[in-house]
Amino acid sequence: MSVKLTSRQVGDVTVIDAAGRVTLGEGASAFRDAIRNFAAKGDKKLLLNLADVSYIDSSGIGEMVSGFTTVTNGGGQLKLVGLSKRVKDLLQITKLYTVFEAFDDEAEAVRSFH
Amino acid sequence: MSRCERGHMETIQTTLDSTLQTADTAEELVLKEAAKLGLEEDEQHQIGMAVRECTVNAVVHGNRYNKNKKVHLQIERSEKDLTVVIGDEGEGFDINSLPDPLAPENLLRQSGRGLMLARAFMDEFDLHPRPGGGTEVRLAKHLTKA
Repeated sequence: MSVKLTSRQVGDVTVIDAAGRVTLGEGASAFRDAIRNFAAKGDKKLLLNLADVSYIDSSGIGEMVSGFTTVTNGGGQLKLVGLSKRVKDLLQITKLYTVFEAFDDEAEAVRSFH
Repeated sequence: MSRCERGHMETIQTTLDSTLQTADTAEELVLKEAAKLGLEEDEQHQIGMAVRECTVNAVVHGNRYNKNKKVHLQIERSEKDLTVVIGDEGEGFDINSLPDPLAPENLLRQSGRGLMLARAFMDEFDLHPRPGGGTEVRLAKHLTKA
């Protein structure tokens, strides 16, 4: 299964729930388009929920970084929640844990925007 | 696809098209052999991802999706090791010329992490010119890691 993306509002925070595989091709493109669309709409507080992401490759990681840059350059924030051990390992290996603010708990992540 | 069994060594060789589907195919083939070797689930995942990254590299950067060029995959499974060789028919490149994806100035680059991840996930990683042209990457995972 490629990635499936849905969104919901928690107060003024837009939570993007991602599920499935985020790999080069359709999955990573959908990831990029979703983040850019929210940023273009003017959403400034984006929380990417990766709890149901089963697989993410370097292309998916690249799209997350690209999304982070887009949102940050627009004056917004993109944070992460629900990282599996495998995704945490990827962020460690790539040193991206120094870039992304990541949370285990969604409520805590939402509070961090305020 | 050819499969050859010699003693405790089994070798699979296949030639694949320069499409993204090839990354799925290569990963699936290697994961089947990794499971037979008895590697743990996390290790299998790492091997699969390393193979995916190197195969994508061969298709995208090596063969540049050229339908006339192939990806060459060899999987060798012994009692204690799994070795995967992925070759392309591209122009070749010097791995040392690639920007360091961990350098602070490169952290926000969109691409350039694939080979680093493959190296991190495997016990052995060697990238060299492929005999006859192109680039070949050799990945190995040992059952009993010290």
